Amino acid sequence: MAMLEVRNLRKCYGDLEVISDISFDVNEGEVLSVIGPSGSGKSTMLRCINQLERITSGTVCVCGENMITGEKNGEAVYASADVLKKIRRNVGLVFQNFNLFPHFSVLRNITEAPVSVLKIPREKAEEKAMELLGKMGLADKAKSYPCELSGGQQQRVSIARALALSPQMLFFDEPTSALDPELTGEILAVIKELAAEKMTMVIVTHEMAFARDVSDRVIFMDGGVIVEEGAPSELFGNTKNERTKQFLKRYSENTFKEDK
Amino acid sequence: MYLKGAINLDLTKLLPILAEGFLVSIKIFGLTLLFSIPLGFVVSALKMCKIPPIRWIINAYILIMRGTPLILQIMFIYFAPTMLFKADAPPDRFWAVIVAFSINYAAYFAEIFRGGIQAVPKGQFEAAQILGFSKMQTFFKITLPQVIKTVLPSIGNEVITLVKDTSLAQVIAVSELFALAKKQASTQFSVMPLFVAGVFYFVFNWLVTVLFDLGEKKLSYYK
Ligand SMILES: Nc1ncnc2c1ncn2[C@@H]1O[C@H](COP(=O)(O)OP(=O)(O)O)[C@@H](O)[C@H]1O
Ligand SMILES: [Mg+2]
Repeated sequence: MAMLEVRNLRKCYGDLEVISDISFDVNEGEVLSVIGPSGSGKSTMLRCINQLERITSGTVCVCGENMITGEKNGEAVYASADVLKKIRRNVGLVFQNFNLFPHFSVLRNITEAPVSVLKIPREKAEEKAMELLGKMGLADKAKSYPCELSGGQQQRVSIARALALSPQMLFFDEPTSALDPELTGEILAVIKELAAEKMTMVIVTHEMAFARDVSDRVIFMDGGVIVEEGAPSELFGNTKNERTKQFLKRYSENTFKEDK
Repeated sequence: MYLKGAINLDLTKLLPILAEGFLVSIKIFGLTLLFSIPLGFVVSALKMCKIPPIRWIINAYILIMRGTPLILQIMFIYFAPTMLFKADAPPDRFWAVIVAFSINYAAYFAEIFRGGIQAVPKGQFEAAQILGFSKMQTFFKITLPQVIKTVLPSIGNEVITLVKDTSLAQVIAVSELFALAKKQASTQFSVMPLFVAGVFYFVFNWLVTVLFDLGEKKLSYYK
């Protein structure tokens, strides 16, 4: 069953069309990686699906719930607030910059939404948070504040925070891009573990080796459209598409330069 | 001769009088904070609202409040009803002062709050939205605590200024500390009452400073 169905998604900022006519599905338990050059609209696409941006036209269906009910004067008409809330509860988003709440302890960062949004009793929420922290290897940091953690640790907390709401689906927007290179491994390991547990995920990433490794399917975006979509072995191994080839070539050159 | 009088001045008689004035000053101080802080929040919210005419009105209000002397605003609030609007009687002196102080300080607080709210990174609101917090929950749990931390030093400055500004109430003959001290000074031919009044202001502001330092220290556990 498709957990996420995106059809003809278009997003304009004024006259600037940032996403033009994107369609794709994500099935239950599937890991989809989205790659593409900076400015190609990857973040905007995630933000549209997660209701941080209004889509211009097209439809998005999450776990069988339609976010968009129709179109009026060339503008997408959104479903009722109740439906949007329900959709919100089914998805989680992990940001590039973590966006942890600096004034809350690690534990409170994770428990606050379950307690005040889902109305789960605090003890229960804390129990689950400790379990998640243990899984992230951060059980001893529960009482720390975000500013006392490394970037990698902060990102693991933010993943735990998203998981605490038991989403059906998790989105990642370049989860390792704000991290020092030596810290990216710990985040990728956590995501791999989630993939092994059959968590449905959409991951925007520049870590090509990781994308090849972890994903069931890869989408290559450029200029607001999906240029190519396929299994990682196809897309990374022997793509026929010129644009994909060029992107991957440029990418491996850059990576090579950085390594030197 | 005057100097001698100053030394012989009876402090046991002077202190109760000044204490009475000080009580009035504190009332002005407390009531002003009570009204101007929430009002400041409302004004800052209106200033950030998307409807241009509301923003223009708020901008004009802030410009006037910060651009003209508070002493003039106090006089305006007190005299305008009878002189401009043909009211039968002037308003209560004390409450005229409270109104003038509250709307004046609200303008300053509004600008401080706006700075504080705009200093909260956009990602905080987005994270709150993704996690499903309502607008109210986001404001009280996420925004407000962070705003308080950033604005506390500037609010401290304003509050200290307010303590001293209460002396402006004398312009419409409200018997606060400074007015009474001045009266005592002239009837007793001595600067001692004024000096004692100065000590009152100083000690009170010292207390205010200690409290704000304490608050800042308490909020220094993060960032
Ligand atoms: N709020 C906005 N207003 C106008 N243009 C925007 C806005 N946000 C993003 N864009 C533009 O949309 C394009 C895609 O951005 P983005 O989705 O962030 O790309 P990516 O995540 O792939 O790097 C860019 O050209 C960017 O300048
Ligand atoms: Mg991006």
